Order: sequence, then C-alpha cells, then structure tokens
Amino acid sequence: MIPAPFAYARPTTVEEALQAIADCGEDVKVLAGGQSLIPVMRLRLAAPETVVDLGKVAGLRGVRDDGDAIVIGAMTTHSDVLADPLVAEHAPLIAEATGTVADRQVRHRGTFGGALVHADPAGDLPAVALALDAEFVVAGQSGRRTVPAGEFFVDYLTTAVGEGELLVEVRVPKYTGWSMRYEKFNRVAQAWSIVAVAAAVRREDGRIAEARVGLTNMGPTPLRARQVEEALAGAEATAEAVAAAAERAAEGTDPTSDLNAQADYRQHLAKVLTRRAVSTAAGL
Amino acid sequence: MTPITVRVDGASYTDDVEPRTLLVHYLREQLGKVGTVVGCDTSNCGACTVHLDGEAVKSCTVLAVQADGSEVTTIEGVAGGAGLHPVQKAFHEMHGLQCGYCTPGMIMASIDLLKDNPDPSDDEVREGIEGNLCRCTGYQNIVRAVRHAAAEMRGGANGVPSGSVSPAVVDTAAAPHVAVQS
Amino acid sequence: MTAVEERTGAAAPEKEIGKARRRKEDARLITGRTTWTDNMVLPGMLHLAVVRSPVAHARISNVDVSAAREAPGVVAVFTGRDLAEEQGSLPCAWPVTPDMVNPGHPSIAVDQVNHVGEAVAVIVARSKAAAQDAVELADIDYEPLPVVLDMEEAVKDGADLVHDHLESNTSYHFVFDAGEAGTGGDTEQAFSGADVVVSRRFVQQRLIPAFMEPRSVVVQPQGDNYTMWSATQIPHILRVMAAMVTGIPEHKLRVIAPDVGGGFGGKLQVNPEEILCLLIARRLGKPVKWTETRSESLMTAHHGRDQVQFVDIAADREGNILGLRVRLLADMGAYLRLITPGVPALGAFMYPGIYKFPAYRFECDGVFTNKVPTDAYRGAGRPEATFAIERIMDELAVELGMDPLELRRKNWIDAAEFPFTTVAGLAYDSGDYEAATQQALQLLGYDELREEQRRRRESGDPVQLGIGISTFTEMCGLAPSRVLGSLAFGAGGWEHASIRMLPTGKVEVVTGSTPHGQGHETAWSQLVADSLGVPFEDVEVLHGDTAISSRGLDTYGSRSLVVGGSAVVRAADKVIAKARKIAAHLLEASEDDLEFADGKFSVRGTPGTGLGIQEIALAIFAAHDYPEGIEPSIDADATFDPENFSFPHGTHLCAMEVDTETGFVKIRKYASVDDVGTIVNPLIVEGQVHGGLAQGIAQALYEEAIYDADGNLTTGTFVDYLVPSAADLPHFDTGNTVHAAPGNPIGAKGVGEAGCIASTPAVVNAALDAVRHLGVTDIRMPLTPERVWRAIHQGGDGGDRAAARSNAQAVDSSDAPSTSGGAL
Repeated sequence: MIPAPFAYARPTTVEEALQAIADCGEDVKVLAGGQSLIPVMRLRLAAPETVVDLGKVAGLRGVRDDGDAIVIGAMTTHSDVLADPLVAEHAPLIAEATGTVADRQVRHRGTFGGALVHADPAGDLPAVALALDAEFVVAGQSGRRTVPAGEFFVDYLTTAVGEGELLVEVRVPKYTGWSMRYEKFNRVAQAWSIVAVAAAVRREDGRIAEARVGLTNMGPTPLRARQVEEALAGAEATAEAVAAAAERAAEGTDPTSDLNAQADYRQHLAKVLTRRAVSTAAGL
Repeated sequence: MTPITVRVDGASYTDDVEPRTLLVHYLREQLGKVGTVVGCDTSNCGACTVHLDGEAVKSCTVLAVQADGSEVTTIEGVAGGAGLHPVQKAFHEMHGLQCGYCTPGMIMASIDLLKDNPDPSDDEVREGIEGNLCRCTGYQNIVRAVRHAAAEMRGGANGVPSGSVSPAVVDTAAAPHVAVQS
Repeated sequence: MTAVEERTGAAAPEKEIGKARRRKEDARLITGRTTWTDNMVLPGMLHLAVVRSPVAHARISNVDVSAAREAPGVVAVFTGRDLAEEQGSLPCAWPVTPDMVNPGHPSIAVDQVNHVGEAVAVIVARSKAAAQDAVELADIDYEPLPVVLDMEEAVKDGADLVHDHLESNTSYHFVFDAGEAGTGGDTEQAFSGADVVVSRRFVQQRLIPAFMEPRSVVVQPQGDNYTMWSATQIPHILRVMAAMVTGIPEHKLRVIAPDVGGGFGGKLQVNPEEILCLLIARRLGKPVKWTETRSESLMTAHHGRDQVQFVDIAADREGNILGLRVRLLADMGAYLRLITPGVPALGAFMYPGIYKFPAYRFECDGVFTNKVPTDAYRGAGRPEATFAIERIMDELAVELGMDPLELRRKNWIDAAEFPFTTVAGLAYDSGDYEAATQQALQLLGYDELREEQRRRRESGDPVQLGIGISTFTEMCGLAPSRVLGSLAFGAGGWEHASIRMLPTGKVEVVTGSTPHGQGHETAWSQLVADSLGVPFEDVEVLHGDTAISSRGLDTYGSRSLVVGGSAVVRAADKVIAKARKIAAHLLEASEDDLEFADGKFSVRGTPGTGLGIQEIALAIFAAHDYPEGIEPSIDADATFDPENFSFPHGTHLCAMEVDTETGFVKIRKYASVDDVGTIVNPLIVEGQVHGGLAQGIAQALYEEAIYDADGNLTTGTFVDYLVPSAADLPHFDTGNTVHAAPGNPIGAKGVGEAGCIASTPAVVNAALDAVRHLGVTDIRMPLTPERVWRAIHQGGDGGDRAAARSNAQAVDSSDAPSTSGGAL
C-alpha cells in the first residue's frame, strides 16, 4: 500500500527541525529511521499532514564519550550502535538488545532514538534504557531539558517528549565492572518480544552487590523489576538466591493479552526469563 | 512534488516525486527497475531489499525522498556490468530459488551479510537473512548458496567444491539421493 | 546449409534423467529480468483498487460512492449493483454430493456481505495511488447480521445462518463407507468387537497459502478480444471458467500466466478480482490492472485447512488394527470457490494411510461460516488425513503400551504386497515402507537420540526431548479423468504436450502444465533431451499462455511431472515415430531395420550410416524429399490421461526439544526419506521436499489464521501471520528410496506436496513424545510456547489464543497514539 499524501520537510539542523514541527501544527510526525512509522503509514493507520524528516539533521548521529557517561545521538542507527566500541565497552546490554531488533535491513535504517520515542512496549530498547538509568536529552524551542529514564516512558506509545519537542540524545552512565544480559523470548526471529528481560549485575566477593532489571512488554511501558533488584542486592551469587529473587519479577506488572500470550503466561515468562538473565549476567 | 537526484545501478536520475512515494515504487514505476519487487506492507518479507549507500534496506520502508543524494544498487546492477555476482551464481549453482520472487531481495541481503561476515556458519547465515521470507525453498539451499558464495568470494580457500557438484555433496549431512533401487 | 553440428566422439551422451541439472529458469530470476504480472505497463492502463467490507456479516443498506467518483484521478467507480447483472457466479467445479448446497458466489457483493474483505465497490483511477486514496471516500452503510464463526456452533439446530435463504449452514454431507463400497467390512461391527477404541478430536487450524508474489491481474481489451495476464497456477482452467462466468466467448479470451511467484494451491482459483478486471475492462474498453497488497492477500485470497476431525480407531490388544472412523467438520467459509468442497473429500481416501484397515467409514459436513472461503493449500485434504492417522496411531500405541514404530510396522502394507488395494478402494502402486523407515532411522541417529531422551527424563532436565514419527503415503498425479468423473469433479485430469521440431533442429516443447517455481523448463528439457537424443540446451519449454499452449489442466496436486511430463514423453515418442518414416525414406532402408539411439536413426548392422533427428527436422522443413502419403511434419502432440494415481510414500522423523519452563519448542533434528518414484532432477526433488517440510513444520509450529469474535482477521499482516524465516527452521536431512511408479512412462510419483503432508504429524508427535510423561496427551496446532506451557502445567490441549489483539501493537489502529513530537 501507499501512504496517504503528506507535506514533507527536511530540516538540516535541530533548530530548523523544531521550527518545522512548530510550523506544521498538530498533525505532524517526525521521521527518524521510519521502520515503524512508514509501515503504519502504508497501512494508513497513521496519516499525518506533515512529515518532518530528521535524516539530514547534522549532529544527531553517533556515539561520544562524555566522561562518566556515553552519549548516543538519537539518529544513530541500530547497526551503528552494534558496531560502536564505546557501547560495547560501557553498555554492552544495549548492543545485545539492539542485535535482537528486527533484522539487518531494519537495523540499517532504524534509529536508537526513534525506537525509544516510539516506546512500543514490545520494543527492546526502552527496558534496556530504563534498566541502565539512561537520561534523555529533549530539545524544544525554549531549550533543552534532561529527563531521567524513570520519567521518560509515560504510557502506551507515549513518552515525556512533548509537543514541539525532539529527543536529541541519550546519556548512558558507564557501567564499569558490571555484566549484563538481554534475555528475549519470541516465537520467530524477526518478531517483537513476547517478554524480554534486561539485566545488569555487579558482583563483589561472591555476592551480588547491585542489580538492575528492566522488563519488556510487561505493561504499557517498560518496567523496572524493583522487587527483584532489592532481593538481589547483597544476595549470595547462587542459583538459588537468583531464582528466589526472580520469583518476584511479575509483581506490579500489567501485561496485555494478545495472540502470542495471555497475561498470566507473560507473568510466568517474566520470572523464568529474569532468572535466566540475571543468572547469565552474574556468570552462574 | 519534491525534486530528488539518485544514482541507481550506476546511472544518475533527477526526478520530481511525491513525498509519499516509496523507494521501491520509484524504482519500479519511474525507473522501470522491476527486478525489485514488493511482497508485503509491513517490512517483514524483504523481497524489496536493495542497497542504499552500500547497506541493505527494505525499499518499501524507505521514502524515495529519503534516498535523495544517495546511491542505490538493485539486483539489476549488482553484478556491475556483465556477468553475475558470485552470490547470484551461487544461488543458481545451489538451487537456492524456486519461484524466484524472493530471490532479488534474498541475494541483496546475502551480499550485505557477506560484507560484514565473509565466512558465516550455517546459523549465522540463517540469522543474517532473517529479514527475508521465502515460501518455496525451506531456506536450506539458500544457506548453502550463501556459504558457497562466501567461499568463492574468499578465493575458494576452504575448498567448497564448485562447478557441477550437487548441493547435497557440499553438505555432508545430506543423504544420498538414491539409496534403494527396486 | 547445415544447421546441425556433427557430434563427435563415440561415447553415448550421459542420460539427462537423474542428473542434477541447474535450472534454466534461474537466469532471469537471479538477475531481476522477470515478467511478474505487476511489472506489466500498457498504454492507457487504469488501476483498480477494491473497497472491501470491514464487517463480517451485514446487509448493505446504502452505497454512496459519489465522493470517490469526484476524487482526483478517478475515472470510474463500480458498485455491486452496477455489475450485478453481468457478474454471474464464481464457479465451484466440485459438487461433492448431488444435493450439495451452493449459495452462489458474487465477485462483488450486491445486497449482503458475508466475510470481512468481500468486495463492495471498485475504484478505477489513473494511478494506483489515486485509486487507493479514493477507497477511503466510499461511504457504505451496513446493517449488521449475527456473525457465524464456529463450525461446531454453526451446525447446531437454530444456529444463526450465514445465508439466510438456506435452511442451514451445512453445504453437504459426504460419506464414504468401505462396507457399502465393497472395499471393506462393516465399521460398526469392527468397533463393537474391538478390545481397544481410541477417540480423539484434532483441530486443523486455518492456514493461509501466503505465496510470496501477491496476486495481480492485467486485462487488455482489443476489440471484442481480451487478453488477461494473471498470477495464476491455472491459466487454462481460468480461461474456461472466466468465459463461462462473464459470457466472453472462450475463443475471444486469452489468458497468460507469466512469471508466477509461487502458488501452493493459493493461486488455484478463479478470483473475484480476475472477473472484476474482465468486466471493467469490457465496460471501459481500456486496459486495467489490479495488484493486491499483502494485507489484502491475507484477508481475501482463499485460505486452507480449517477442519475439526473426530477420529476413532479400533484395535485388538495385540495391536492389530480393526477399524477407522472419521467424522469431519470442514469450514467452507462464506462461499464455495473452485474446489472448496472437494478438499476434504479428496482427503477422505487417505485416512487409512499405509495401514491395512479391514473397515473404514468417513463422513464430512461442509459448513458455511462468515470467513473467507477455504480451498486448496499444498496437500489439500491429504495433510489433514495424514495428520489424523499418524497422530491417532501414536495415541493407540500409548493406549496399548506399544512402541509407536512397532505398531505401525505390524499394520502397514509389506513391500511384497504391492500393488495393494486399500480399504478406501485405492490401488497403491509400489513402495517399501520398511526400507524408507530404516534409512530414516539411520539419518536421524534414532538410537542415540532415544538414549538422550532417556537421560533427560531421568535427570528431570527442564529441556525434554521427543521423537516423532510419520510414516505416510499420499495420492498424486491428479488424476485419472474417469475417477474424477466418478467423484463428480467438473473436469478431467489429463495433461497435454506438444513438441515442435524447428528447422535448425532446436526443439520447442509446449506443456499444458503451468509452472510457478517447480522448474518445468529444466525438467521437461531433460525428458526431451533423453527421449529425442538432443542436447538439453536445444530444448525450449513454452507454457502458461493459452494462445501458445492451447490445451492444459495446469499445475496442482503434484501432477506436473507425473501427468504433464508423461504427456511430453508420449509426444516425443510420436515425434520419433514420425521421424522414423522420413529417416527410412532418406536412408533408403526399411523402417523395421532402423534403430533410434542418441538422437540418431541408423540402419541396424550398418555402422556409420545414420541420420540425426535434428537433421530430419531440417529436411522435413524443406520438404523437398519425403515419402508419399504422409504430412511433411514430425511435430507431434499427446494427451496423457493416467489410469491410476501414484502413491509417493516415506518416513519422516523429528527430534524435538521442549523447554518445559517456557513451552518453547525447537526442532533438534529432522530426517526424512521419501519415495517419489523415478527422480528426473535430484536437485529439484530435494528443493521440493525442503519447501514442503518448511510449510508442514510451519503448520505445526507457527501459522494460524485467527479471526476475532467479530470476524476480523487478527492475523492480517506478516507481523502476525508467522511465515517462518531461515532462522526459525532447522537443517533437513533428506534421502530417497526409489520405487518407480508403474502407471506412467517416467515412473515418477510426484513430489510437490510430500514434505508438507508428512511433516506436520511428525513434529507434533515429537513434541508430545517429549512431554507425554508429564501428562500431556494433545497440543493444538500451532504449538505456540503458550499452548505447550499450558498443556504441560494446566492440562488440556493448550486452548484458544487471545484473538482480540494483534502482536503488532504498533500497527494496532485502535491504540494509535497522537504523539506530535519525538522521533519515530
């Protein structure tokens, strides 16, 4: 199918982009990689009046070192993220999860920022960003603001990026001495996650000093499994302790029921996958 | 209408397009590059795969305006003039196609994979072409073809047989075709 | 003038049959120099887009297309009312019973819609985009009617009706009773005397053929002649049927199937859109094109399977089977298409499988529902039958405490017993089930895997291992015309071929069997190269155009090589017979003294003399010197009508890992040994087996067309209808045994459907074998992780899936957000 007609703007700077969005009224869509937006427009489930294409905006693509954090430009493609040495060194969980996103072709076009702002609960990167306590730098015409991950994902397909704003980059703290695992469960290779678990663990003297656990597709937004994290903090790094903690993974979750899975099964999967993710991350 | 200039299979084109025109429709309908086909509307099947600035993309999920200033290679130009690309040759040699509808996309995706991984295992090939659906082959001979091409492109160093060898011979696990003759 | 090069060297050329020839077709397909229907551009061509019903069952109370008519680029809009008088009814060629109820099938709805996606108006515009844009401007009012979706509900007294002018939702009740047919004993008696009776209800979920090339139709009117290009498996049948439906005389209609991107039965159809294109091209006098989108294809192209099977098997304590009873509910969907009712009836004869049942009874109700019609999908009736028998044999083995292979062996037809007439009255031609099984066991590494299975069970491993068996046969080579007649099918089953010997000695082979991926151009070249002794490269195979190939019955039912290839061989025999007379004349010898070998006639006992058939082609083109009383031509044609079906068989084994914690299943190893008779091209045979396996495994594990409670297809895109990728399928270890089919000159049995028919029960049996010790007795297909997990932890067969929501949350319109910022 062919998208409905739309007006097209192709700014070259963030300022121009913000201006274009402001000029175009309410019915505007921002095009990053387009790997979710274009299919939705082809099916005519979305028919914006204007599309603002960020493809030529300078300075939004790439990963840079910023002291205690790495900064990933919103327009950095998934394949750039996968190949990036800073990501591999400081936030390997992002690379691991990115490697499971769709397929090679989609990863060549799809962007890190686009996937996060799209905020599909079945998307892989939101839970990872949440688990890693990333910070989201959002630009508006009145300047830039930083939103912590815990406040970024507001609801189903909805983020803290307001009208007239753009996500420009994401700051991810450097995780030195941590190990990580993204445990994804789906039926076929290119499918969205039925449930997935992002785990990061820091071990100290045979114990789990700290753990961060993010859940994909266990509610309208990505979730942190706080009860699991608390149970793991200071626990012995044993299979039993991890299993006991993982039993709490479904607490406070509100997953949907769809073709792939009903809610109770998703809650069961969250526990199993949390145990597996944390165990692998903890080297058990 | 938005003006775009695109280089496709070595020739330069300047055209006015509606912003909503998908790259694949621009290629097929405005440039007559009908070798690239459309198989779905959700970016799942990969039949429309072309190379955009050297990377495999699904041309049904790229707007033609997004390709402005870029270089596109389709199945029709991938051999770069006369003859066949080694991956094209390998698909023929290993019987990696039946109806052939997915084949252009499958070949373009495979070339992209081999650029990153010149010596993939069976599993790596399977994952590498996960974005391309084939309904005819069950993929096994496609996997053989990609590995065969990989060996050719590396200079045949690992001794994958070429020429008229049956794919089953390449694949040691395969059974003899004819075991019991009545 | 010598157009034919002398061949040198004394060695006889290598036989082409059996050679792994690389395909001739590939040259255009790997380079993109293809002729898909959608590639076609004609001067003045208009584009069609179809306005489709968003509701499953409703009266159309008002149709307002005035805004659509005024939309930019729109040339015309046609409603059902506009075309009501001329559209006729889409044909159903298989009235399986004399009293079968066929409600008629309009190409475009006039007063009532009966499934989501049914056409209600057609936009004609100067561009595809303009046509698509105007679809949204059509304003149609629907008065909803109760939606009928569940067959078991639909056949109850007082059920809501799909067609309220009919008495019930039942189209037909088809019965085959071996006792009544005289091919077996009394079934009720067999059951009443049995030690053991096992009964099961199996669900054959609804599937979608999902050929990769979406359907596409182009019609060009030229005066009162029409040429139709269509992505079809059946240009010949389509021509006849379209002529009958539209009243366009058959000789004024030419149908061309150019390159066609797969079919699997899904393009064995006379589609509403094909008729609409013809009607509209006739109205407007302009060429028109319609190409579907994938979502349109999944929603409106016919589906497959969708049966509920009630199966009873009777045996004695020792495991001797005594009787089989099958009752089916088969979902027709809203209408009867070309062979909708015949699919389950075709399966009726295959439920006894490879076993020597003394008694058998089959009953089937064809049931209307408010869904898109079902029809042929790879195997068509035989996968359902094979699944039922191979599943119930495992259940019986469990009940008897027997090894499932031993139970099969005890009851199958022994090699020495062929030909064997089964309880269903079919005469199985040849084979050796034991030999195929032994080879498959070795390929799989059966004993080691059984040992591993034991270890995993003992250690309580969360990942359990199972091995599934499917020993199957199927009927191919459709079909003996007289048999089809006895089954009330509307056509014969013969196939036609002609061979044209060109002046330069090159050979044109015209086949009535129209390929769409099977490699006819290559395999037919091999047949002819062997028969005529001409080089493989000198043969060109023509097909798919009714003006070139005037007689044919097309491609389905694994018939091409068996029937169509046999016609080619017979035509070649006739060419040789004709050439023999010319050769005798030119060599001044008696016909009886001539021998024909390697493309050359020579006088017996006189080495060095001889005349090549390619030289004779030139001589007879010149026609300067040929015998009195014959025509100056060695061209020939042949129509081959088989006397029996052919019966490929084989043994498929699947080793499956089941993660009991998550329900995820993974094929560890798959081995199959198929006997498809003589193998003309091992490469093509292997490829067909692979592709069939992929589709059969996909039925077991991935694919299911699901409707929600309102009759909307929830699995309406490839996001939700899960066609597996390379990463989702295992490596296949395949092999063959060869027992030539006695019923055709090639000895081929057919291979197109074998993998698809055999594999599904092997996969499900494997999963069950892995978890049966945990109390699981059945899992509904497809074996989603959730179903497997529920079956293990909650009992039952895994239950229904949540049908209301798609997996593709991002493309679920009801939740589409109105975010105005951010990067998508």
